[in-house]
Amino acid sequence: MSASSHTAHDEGHGSFRSYMIGFILSVILTVIPFYLVMGDVLDNRLLAIAIIFALGAVQMIVHIYYFLHVTSKAENGWTAMSLIFTVVLVGIVLSGSIWVMFHLEENMMPSHDRVEQFRSLTD
Amino acid sequence: MSATTPSAEAPEFFVRSTHDHDDGHHHETGTMIGFWIYLMSDCLIFGSLFAVYAVLGNNYAAGPSPKDLFDIDMILVSTFMLLFSSITYGFAVLRMQMNDLKGTQLWLIITGLFGLGFLYLEVLEFTHLWHEGATPMASAFLSSFYTLVGTHGLHVTGGVIWLITLLIQLSLKGLTHENQRRVMCLSMFWHFLDLIWIGVFSFVYLTGVLL
Repeated sequence: MSASSHTAHDEGHGSFRSYMIGFILSVILTVIPFYLVMGDVLDNRLLAIAIIFALGAVQMIVHIYYFLHVTSKAENGWTAMSLIFTVVLVGIVLSGSIWVMFHLEENMMPSHDRVEQFRSLTD
Repeated sequence: MSATTPSAEAPEFFVRSTHDHDDGHHHETGTMIGFWIYLMSDCLIFGSLFAVYAVLGNNYAAGPSPKDLFDIDMILVSTFMLLFSSITYGFAVLRMQMNDLKGTQLWLIITGLFGLGFLYLEVLEFTHLWHEGATPMASAFLSSFYTLVGTHGLHVTGGVIWLITLLIQLSLKGLTHENQRRVMCLSMFWHFLDLIWIGVFSFVYLTGVLL
């Protein structure tokens, strides 16, 4: 195997060091959110959820970089490009669904319990 | 751009293994990017399933809520099963780069065992929920939960079947050019499934228990 193809190899598939860095970062980023929930550390639930989501997002980036080896240079940038495209689409699907359905729910027929609740108020 | 030359413009629908074995890795581009595009389309499937869960996830229909059902200790164990299987797959790829067939096979077997461990815990969890009456028919929350987590579980099952197939291919033909490509494709698939699981344990399990 020539020296030039060997360097191209390493670039695309990662080294022992990069895998270990990715693994250790992932362990830290997994343990913290589980600790927050299992240890009941924070009283503020919204803050805890925000931290869980933020650490989850960071861990996804760690996986993409250290395990999937997506860089701006890999495959002339096409993997990174298609990844950005997919992330944008998933973002639109997620935020759009939540937004639309949240507003639709306001217009739904009230459930039996709610009707009874309103009745008891007017009596 | 070299796209002006006619040979570069003509698409290659097959992998030429008849010549240049030494720098054959340059011909992998088509397969690897193609498989990556498949993973991105899979990502869209999971994205929409996450959206479904986000919309329906708090409609319990007077049934059990995540707080009543989820066992976070067990989820932590299965999360680490997948994480360990990710790093052991990485070791298999590193062994493959050193042309070490036995090492590659060994790490792939360890990866498969972690994958099976993860699946065992998931089946255990699902049967436990089922016996408690938390079936997909019970509420919209449970329907979307089983769909999202079950789809991920099916992907892992597919990955394990692929891994066994790959081990047979490796034992028959060794680290040939084609087998190396297959190992790299399954590598992407496997790491991708671990990535989806990050979303599942953060969004479904941890957030579900907190709310």
